[in-house]
Amino acid sequence: MKLDARIPEGPLEKKWDQARFDMKLVNPANKRKYNIIVVGTGLAGGAAAASLGELGYNCKVFCFQDTPRRAHSIAAQGGINAAKNYQNDGDSVFRLFYDTVKGGDFRAREANVYRLAQVSVNIIDQCVAQGVPFAREYGGVLANRSFGGAQVSRTFYARGQTGQQLLLGCYQALERQVQTGRVKMYSRHEMLDLVVVDGRARGIITRDLVTGAIEAHTADAVVLATGGYGNVFFLSTNAKGCNATAIWRAYKKGAGFANPCYTQIHPTCIPVSGDYQSKLTLMSESLRNDGRIWVPKKKGDSRGPAEIPEDERDYYLERMYPSFGNLSPRDIASRAAKRVCDEGRGVGHTGLGVYLDFADSIRRLGRHTIEERYGNLFEIYERITGEDPYSVPMRIFPAVHYTMGGLWVDYNLMSTIPGLFVLGEANFSDHGANRLGASALMQGLADGYFVIPYTMGNYLAQVKAGDGVSTDHPEFQAARKEIDERTQRLLSIKGKRSVDSLHRELGKVMWEDCGMGRNRKGLEAALAKIPPLREEFWKNVNVTGESMEMNQALEKAGRVADFLELGELLCRDALEREESCGGHFREEYQTGEGEALRDDEKFCHAAVWEHQGDDKPPVRHIEPLHFEYVHLAQRSYK
Amino acid sequence: MKLILHIWRQKNAASAGKMVRYELDKVNEHMSFLEMLDVLNEELTVKGEDPVCFEHDCREGICGCCGFMINGLPHGGFKNTTVCQLHMRHFKDGDELWLEPWRATAFPVLQDLLVDRSAFDRIIAAGGYISVNTGSAPDGNAIPIEKKHADMAMDAAACIGCGACVAACPNASASLFTAAKINHLALLPQGEPERRRRALAMVAQMQHEIFGSCTNIGECEAVCPKGIKLETIARMNRDYMSAAVTYREETTSAGAG
Repeated sequence: MKLDARIPEGPLEKKWDQARFDMKLVNPANKRKYNIIVVGTGLAGGAAAASLGELGYNCKVFCFQDTPRRAHSIAAQGGINAAKNYQNDGDSVFRLFYDTVKGGDFRAREANVYRLAQVSVNIIDQCVAQGVPFAREYGGVLANRSFGGAQVSRTFYARGQTGQQLLLGCYQALERQVQTGRVKMYSRHEMLDLVVVDGRARGIITRDLVTGAIEAHTADAVVLATGGYGNVFFLSTNAKGCNATAIWRAYKKGAGFANPCYTQIHPTCIPVSGDYQSKLTLMSESLRNDGRIWVPKKKGDSRGPAEIPEDERDYYLERMYPSFGNLSPRDIASRAAKRVCDEGRGVGHTGLGVYLDFADSIRRLGRHTIEERYGNLFEIYERITGEDPYSVPMRIFPAVHYTMGGLWVDYNLMSTIPGLFVLGEANFSDHGANRLGASALMQGLADGYFVIPYTMGNYLAQVKAGDGVSTDHPEFQAARKEIDERTQRLLSIKGKRSVDSLHRELGKVMWEDCGMGRNRKGLEAALAKIPPLREEFWKNVNVTGESMEMNQALEKAGRVADFLELGELLCRDALEREESCGGHFREEYQTGEGEALRDDEKFCHAAVWEHQGDDKPPVRHIEPLHFEYVHLAQRSYK
Repeated sequence: MKLILHIWRQKNAASAGKMVRYELDKVNEHMSFLEMLDVLNEELTVKGEDPVCFEHDCREGICGCCGFMINGLPHGGFKNTTVCQLHMRHFKDGDELWLEPWRATAFPVLQDLLVDRSAFDRIIAAGGYISVNTGSAPDGNAIPIEKKHADMAMDAAACIGCGACVAACPNASASLFTAAKINHLALLPQGEPERRRRALAMVAQMQHEIFGSCTNIGECEAVCPKGIKLETIARMNRDYMSAAVTYREETTSAGAG
């Protein structure tokens, strides 16, 4: 596998300009001759499809939900970063770049991150023009708030529903292209395979989730914007439908999978309440602007929070990281919560929780201000727990939230398969080993609105439209046949266990052995447990119903079958990376104070896995990372 | 706690459906309503029966996937709550619940509690956007917007497109959904240039989809999980009326574009 990152020459701040100038263009009259497939309609896919449609390409767009507006980007709460420096508080493109590289624990590509910071300012302009109702000050200008890992206020927001509003902006732009006929929308269609012809991505195989029909679609290029793989843990803040099937199929067709072990555990989620739990709900990081995190100083303190006097409380983030305090980055805040709970100081009936307390802020700012800032989040909390966070501190605990790893892409967002582009959370590019808050929305929209419209043109200008490939091609026929057989196999097992019960079991292994803290022994144990579990799935799962009908059990089964393979790769990558960085914390590698200890000598690279067939272990390649503009240092938020 | 559930089971759009009775005794008050159905589905699967099909995704009340009638009320009728956020502590031991899909001509049932809401997409495609191509935007602060207007636009933009308003309406009107988008965009200066043609096009599409008309009953507002106000419909009607009386064919002559 050849890994050419195609990073443009020249100084950092000129690279993107130079790249855009060097790119080949497709003449406007020729654009309509090219067909592009976009899978996924979140911020990255929706923005890409709308922008490519506006340029005049023919797009076929696929999502498994009933409408593109449901993609899980919609659930992002807190905000989107941009280096506008409207607050006059010292922000700049370089500072956003620097914060992101440092926040990612120096495991991201400098050139990509710089471009992200550059186009961040265009994103805000574009979204405002689309009518995204960002929060405003009384003077009519845009408002900002702070987020973790930054000391400036650069986060734009629309109450606690920023993701929803950005996605609706995208969705509206997409529907406008549907109306013009340049985009054909295929809702309730799930991609089940990628088709590669003569080394180029040339189409996909889908299942119509209403009729069950397996269909083939050809194109000149394929864009995957299908999100992350956090649901491999079963319990996560992802939507129930989020899955890795599209990227996993692409991996098995030859796309490199980079850094699968980089998973983000978000510090502020509502704790698990019982074994029926189906998912976890995030409480936005923005709450840490005004909420103070604490646990009792005493172990096993069973008093209610109001009965614990001030001097018996440990505001541990403020104590350990005085300069960032409650706004320490996610990986650091999560591990700190785990540590205090491991010490027996956790709160709630499970002992797995810490307080997020707004009492001070309510006293300082008044209930009205807090209500205006976080009202809907407080409501969500109350609905789920039955407790009123205005009077009782919230109880929170870390949960799987985001995956920084994903398909490897070059500077142009193209995978190791020519013609296969990967955008948003599905790729590995910008966040290194840890993503900062409010940066996922920024990356999704940057990729979709401002990167792919250029790099796609550059690729298409070098290939002939159509090129004689139709769905009769043997590669398409073979892929279809394989999907048909797999579907029949799943339906014919008729064992004793539900798909969910096996998924839960996988999730438990992943969380216990490859969660917030990882070590060799645990990872080896997980690698020994997953193959038998996969065997159990293929022998004993019960997928009810039939193939040619709407069948939710069958949909889930296909996704979980892929998670059972991906989970193994994730553990394997975690085992091989013998250092701690960002969200990947190997207990063997930590400083005396319990912070992540990187090994830049041996691991300053992206690990890229190449599939070798189901019966052979994958091969690990590396893309070395070079830091010319940021000094590699031990991260400090003290 | 123990529950008796009567659930609408329907194999597909072409077949007839019926209510089927289930008894469930492992219900815990901390479960969400959908987790309670997960428990039922787990039992059905182990018995080899088809699980109950219902739409759901984020389970945080924001994606708009979920929704069905509980005892005749969309999402169960609790204030500002989608069914995925409804917890079982609101029910008591021995309760008997009737679960049915949204009922509207424009929302055909696809299976059990799941319906086809693609008509909503077509209403948005008819004009629910601001026509601005990527790359042609002025600076974000170039257009100051009065905070009150930005807040009102946000109130309307909070619609999640779940369809509860249609299901609650005796006329199966989609007015609250359509009005929410028209209000969101009409309250912002960026939306002004297309304000009239947007209202005409979206209202026409809503009628074309065979949603009923609004007769100001207000059931939609009462059940909307995002608190969209009935007054949004008044603004939609005002925009529609004003657009209808001032409407002129476009007059661009050849060569002008």
